[in-house]
Amino acid sequence: MSDKVNFDRRQFLSKTSAAIAGIAIAPGMLLFDFAHARPAGEAASSAIRWGMLIDTNQCGNGCDECVTACNKENGLPTAKSPTDAQWIRKVELKQVSTGRQISLPMMCQHCANPPCVDVCPTNASFKRADGIVLVDKHRCIGCRYCMMACPYKARSFVHEPVLDHDSDMPRGKGTVESCTLCVNRVDRGEQPACVEACAKAGHRAILFGDLNDPNSEIHLRIRSVASSQLRADLGLNPGISFVGL
Amino acid sequence: MLILLLAAAPVWAGSSIAPKLDIGKGGQCVDDPKFMRKNHMQMILHQRDETMRQGIRGGKFSLAACVDCHASKKDNNVLGSNEHFCQGCHEFAAVKIDCFECHSSKRKIIAETSK
Repeated sequence: MSDKVNFDRRQFLSKTSAAIAGIAIAPGMLLFDFAHARPAGEAASSAIRWGMLIDTNQCGNGCDECVTACNKENGLPTAKSPTDAQWIRKVELKQVSTGRQISLPMMCQHCANPPCVDVCPTNASFKRADGIVLVDKHRCIGCRYCMMACPYKARSFVHEPVLDHDSDMPRGKGTVESCTLCVNRVDRGEQPACVEACAKAGHRAILFGDLNDPNSEIHLRIRSVASSQLRADLGLNPGISFVGL
Repeated sequence: MLILLLAAAPVWAGSSIAPKLDIGKGGQCVDDPKFMRKNHMQMILHQRDETMRQGIRGGKFSLAACVDCHASKKDNNVLGSNEHFCQGCHEFAAVKIDCFECHSSKRKIIAETSK
């Protein structure tokens, strides 16, 4: 009996190591693509759930490349007035008892059960089939209930008229907005701007991918490394998870 | 009567009461100009919800494509004066135009480079 168990274990180890060797071409390079552009005319599918894994150990203290990239990509104002929209912000945390300091980016957590969607009176706040939580600004009346409902303070209200619009990211005064996971880029098969900027800065703290795909890099990481969601006790099941909180 | 008609004809033919528009690049539109003039506001209404809420991309009609063709060659904008394509006609018809409160009124390449 014990022989059989050992045999199975050995077989399992040899098979998995062969599988990993097959997937990885070189360290850090994987054989499979993590995302594909969706063909024109095809709707977002619930077979996919986009999410992120943020490694706070990799996140640079004082680095705000992700914030800069987000502002640039989405045409957000860079002059810092108290009423300016923030789609992503850097948070520095310090544990008083040990003095341990960590830094992490905070943005819309793209919950599976989003409270912002529950409270919206006009159905402007909605969750797309692939898990991205968005505001339909054609419907938004600017009541800001969603901003009150969000436990992560992820949403912003546009107080001032928008003068210099981005072609890919319409924004307007009197509506609520938040991180869209760069939905236009994701639909093209690209990564969100913050992920790209973080990798470019050499931190690689943000991993983006399909949580439902058992072969995706993010799925493999989440399965092998201890990660946690923010305020998991609320049962919102955010699509963003953190390592090293 | 005949004289009256003849006198009236050039007024309509020369369309002196229609706005004089800078049509930008112009060229082949997605549909007949007469049809577009009357129905352009309906064409992207249904599609915008599909794109926004279901993520269906690459439809036949697109506001960005309207702007891309019809933005003035001088300043790459569909707004600015009563000669600009969108503003000119909307001013003439006294209809408020809401699209560009949120959407870009500039040709995409220009909007990208000025980012």
